[in-house]
Amino acid sequence: MEYVFIFITAVFVNNIVLAQFLGICPFLGVSKSVPTALGMTGAVTFVMVLSTLVTFIVQKTVLDPLNIGFMQTITFILIIAALVQMVEIILKKVSPALYQALGVFLPLITTNCTVLGVAIMVIQKDYNLLESIVFAASTAIGYGLALTIFAGIREQLALTSIPAGMKGTPIALITAGLLAMAFMGFSGMV
Amino acid sequence: MNNWQNFTKGFLKENPTFVLLLGMCPTLAVTTSAINGLGMGLATAFVLTLSNLAISLVANLIPDKIRIPGFIVIIAAFVTVVDMCMAAYIPSLHAALGVFIPLIVVNCIVLGRAEAFASKNKAIPSMLDGLGIGLGFTMALTLLGGIRELLGSGKIFNLPVYSDNYGMLAFVLAPGAFIVLGYLIALINHLRKTN
Repeated sequence: MEYVFIFITAVFVNNIVLAQFLGICPFLGVSKSVPTALGMTGAVTFVMVLSTLVTFIVQKTVLDPLNIGFMQTITFILIIAALVQMVEIILKKVSPALYQALGVFLPLITTNCTVLGVAIMVIQKDYNLLESIVFAASTAIGYGLALTIFAGIREQLALTSIPAGMKGTPIALITAGLLAMAFMGFSGMV
Repeated sequence: MNNWQNFTKGFLKENPTFVLLLGMCPTLAVTTSAINGLGMGLATAFVLTLSNLAISLVANLIPDKIRIPGFIVIIAAFVTVVDMCMAAYIPSLHAALGVFIPLIVVNCIVLGRAEAFASKNKAIPSMLDGLGIGLGFTMALTLLGGIRELLGSGKIFNLPVYSDNYGMLAFVLAPGAFIVLGYLIALINHLRKTN
């Protein structure tokens, strides 16, 4: 049951983009069409679950016993950067089709703050391993949900006439604001 | 370009928030009040100045292929310094900014300046560039935080301006961040086009 709570909280109530403001840059950058948004979601889910698993194990088996918690930021960012590189190399060799679909998004993910953010958050929330994985996967799904809805709206937005100063980022931000307001409706759920 | 221009270009012409649209996550997340915006801005400015200085000094020693991981480690070291200093001396601000302090590492402004400026320039111009961009970021965050605090709770820097009974809570919560920043960028676009 608690896993269901973690899932609903991470997807709807505390949506990573619309309530916690992580991963805004790709949210505004790659959300111009629905297929691109789905590709980015796939890449993020893959890397986020994998990196949370690895950083969690490193935190519990290396950083905690040696009492060097202050090295967390440096260690985690290096693990994520290395992992993204590795995923890219393996994917290229093992599944060229998947690499074609996700390839362009992978390098962007190192600087996507959602991945590092989730890795740090599961440690702060003191989750166990399984809870951390569920949290990472649900967060990625919530990210995908927000990104896909937003991409759908922006496809429509491209066809409407907008005052010159509002074109591009300003109107995208205001749309995101309205979407965030809609997601606030979930806040009483859990 | 002389040193003075390196320093001041971050304020308006290349303001990281309003013109370059970089570092959006902390911009939106921590600007619930002017104080939080100011604190986050100064923390980022500190990291930006010192990482630009350090990177400009060692850029020639780092092989080209591993320069990005190299830069990230240098940046992460300074972020850890800021994180620990804030936890020790201003714990309330540290708690308010939360996970966004370690996330300065992945702030695209910092890595962006390291790659675009510090790796190609000498120490002093790089440091001034970092300081200028950092202060531009601080100004933007303080402005955004001030507007949201004023509309949301009727205060600026915790000083009451009008009764908070009339405050619009939405501006302190998530939607307000997107909407206020959207209108601010629209306003600045408009001013730049008419000039």
